[in-house]
Amino acid sequence: MADDPRINRPTQVDPDRVFNFLVETPTREELIDTARGVILYLEDISVSFDGFRALNELTLYIETGELRCIIGPNGAGKTTLMDVITGKTRPDWGTAYFGQRVNLLRRSEPEIASMGIGRKFQKPTVFEQHTVHENLELAMESDKRVWTTLFCSLTGEEKDRIGEVLELIGLSELVGKQAGALSHGQKQWLEIGMLLMQNPLLLLVDEPVAGMTQQETEATAALLTRLAGDRSVVVVEHDMEFVRSIAKQVTVLHEGSVLAEGPFDAIQEDPKVREVYLGS
Amino acid sequence: MLTQMMLQRLMDHDRGGWVFLAVLLAIGILVPVANLLVPADSFFHIPTYTVTLLGKYLCYALLAISLDLVWGYCGILSLGHGAFFALGGYAMGMYLMRQIGTRGVYGDPELPDFMVFLNWDSLPWYWYGFDQFWFAALMVMIVPGVLAFLFGWLAFRSRVSGVYLSIMTQALTYALMLAFFRNELGFGGNNGLTDFKDILGASLQSDVTRVVLFVCSVVALALGYLVCRFIVTSKLGRVVTAVRDAEARTRFIGYRVEHYQVWIFTVSAVIAGIAGALYVPQVGIINPSEFQPLNSIELVVWVALGGRATLYGAALGAGLVNYIKTVLTGALPEVWLFVLGALFVIVTVALPRGVIGIWRQLRMRGNHG
Repeated sequence: MADDPRINRPTQVDPDRVFNFLVETPTREELIDTARGVILYLEDISVSFDGFRALNELTLYIETGELRCIIGPNGAGKTTLMDVITGKTRPDWGTAYFGQRVNLLRRSEPEIASMGIGRKFQKPTVFEQHTVHENLELAMESDKRVWTTLFCSLTGEEKDRIGEVLELIGLSELVGKQAGALSHGQKQWLEIGMLLMQNPLLLLVDEPVAGMTQQETEATAALLTRLAGDRSVVVVEHDMEFVRSIAKQVTVLHEGSVLAEGPFDAIQEDPKVREVYLGS
Repeated sequence: MLTQMMLQRLMDHDRGGWVFLAVLLAIGILVPVANLLVPADSFFHIPTYTVTLLGKYLCYALLAISLDLVWGYCGILSLGHGAFFALGGYAMGMYLMRQIGTRGVYGDPELPDFMVFLNWDSLPWYWYGFDQFWFAALMVMIVPGVLAFLFGWLAFRSRVSGVYLSIMTQALTYALMLAFFRNELGFGGNNGLTDFKDILGASLQSDVTRVVLFVCSVVALALGYLVCRFIVTSKLGRVVTAVRDAEARTRFIGYRVEHYQVWIFTVSAVIAGIAGALYVPQVGIINPSEFQPLNSIELVVWVALGGRATLYGAALGAGLVNYIKTVLTGALPEVWLFVLGALFVIVTVALPRGVIGIWRQLRMRGNHG
C-alpha cells in the first residue's frame, strides 16, 4: 500500500526513470499525462461472460474536456464498458490507459476511483441516512485512512469546496436535509455532486435522466454541459431527446463494439445505426 | 476552549445522552452514599448485594454499548461478543488468582490451586506477569483487541459479511468455550477461576471495595459512552454508518471499507474486554460458560430491545432485560428462556427501533398533535 492512497507509483519499470526512488512521488497531474489531449485510451477490449461476448474488440478514445454520449440498444455492452474502465470487470484482452501512463488494468477499484475516474450509477445510491452536507463530506477527496478520519475536522477550504459544489448542483437550500428525503432528481444531482467532490478528471454517468420529470431532465442537461470542459464527461443514455440536447460527439455501441462515432446529426443519418435502432 | 468544543460536538442533539450521563452521575453518588453512610436499618439503605448486582448491570451495559458500536453503527452483527467480554474477564481473573498467594487451599505461593491439583510443577509461561496489576490491566485490553483484530482482518479482508459473519463469530465464541473447558489449557477448566481474595491489596469482601468497584463501573460506562460518542460523531462515524447502509458505494468513493470494519470491531472488543474485567471481581468468578453462544445472543437482544444506534439505548436494554432476568430467575426460573425468546420475537417483529424508538415516536406525535 502506498503511503498516500491518491498517489500510486507506477508499477511498471519505466525505462526513462530507472532511478524512480530518487524522484519525488509524482502528483496526480504528472501521473495522468494528457499531453496529447486524450484522457482515456481503450484499445481492442474484449470481455466474455460464459462464452457471451459482452465487449468485442472495442476501441474508444475520450478527449480531455469533452462531453461524450454513448448510446446503444440493450446488451450492447454499455455497462460492461463502464465496469472495465472503473476496474470492476477485467477484460480478457485489450489495453486501457488513463492518460498516457496509467494502466487501468493493473489498478484496483478504489485506486482508480481516487486517481480521478468518477462513476455515477444508474440507480441513485446516495447515503440515505446522511444529510446532503454529510454525503458531500464523505465523498470529498481527502486522506481516507482510518485514524486521520477519526480526528479530522473540515478546514475552511474544504467547507468552501462543499459550498461550491452545492451551488453547482443546485442543492444549497437543502444542505441539512436527509438524503433519503430528496426527490429522485435531487438524489441524482447529489450523487453527481459527490463525484465532483473527488475532483474527477473523467466522469462516467450512467442513464442520468431515467425516471426524471421534463424539468429535471432539462436541469440535468444544463448541469452536465456545465461540467464538461473542466473535466471529461461520458454519458450513457437511452433518451434520444436528451442526447440531442447535450451531445456534440456520440458513440453508438452494438454487440460489444463501436458501430459508429460522430456528431449527433451525422449519426442519426447513418444507415447502419438506423438499421440497429429501427430494425429496417 | 478545546474541551468546550469537544463537549459541544459530543452532546449536541443528544438529549438522551445527557439524561443517560445524569442518571449515571446520580446513581454513582447516591448508591455509595445509601450503602456506606445510611444506617442498615434505614429504609434508604442499599445492601451490598444490591450494589454488586447494579455493578454487574453496569458492566453488561458497557458490553451492550460496545456491541451497539459495531452492530448499530457499522452493521456488523457479532454473535460472539461475549467472547471478548469473557477474555477480558479471564485476564482480570488471572491477576486475582495470583493475588491469592499462600491463602489457597494448597497454600502454594506461586501456583493457583487448580494447577497444584493437576500436579503441575511450574507456572505456564502465559501466566507470567499477571501478578502485576498494570500488566493484567493491559492484557484486559490487548488480548480481546488482538483476537478481534486477527479475526476481523481475516473476515473483512475476504469481504465476509452479513449472516456468514454472524455465524463465524458464533463459532468463534463456541470454539473458545470448548477450549477453555479443557484443563490442559491452564485456565482452570470448567471450574474457571474463582475464590478470589483481594484486588490491589483491598479485600473483595469488604463493602468499601464493592462500592469502589461499583463506582469504577459507573465511570467506565460513562467514559465508554463518551468514547463511543466521540467515534460516532467523528467523520469516521459517518464513514462506518455509510458502510452499514451502502458498503459497495463507500468502497467506491475510495474508503478501504475493511480497514474501517477491522478498526471498529477491534475498538469494540477492547471495550467489551474492559467490561468483562470489571465484571469478574464483582461476581467473584469467571468460567467457560461466559463463552456460551447463548450469552452473546442475549446480548444482541439487549441492544435490539433498547434501540440500536443510540448507544444509551443499548445500555438501557441491558439494564431492562437483566432486571427482568433477575426477577424471573428468582421467582419462576423455568420461564426465563421463554421470555427471552418472546422478547427477541417481539423486538424483531414489532419494535425495530427498540424502546428508544417507541419513545421517540411518542414524542414526535406529541409535538405534532
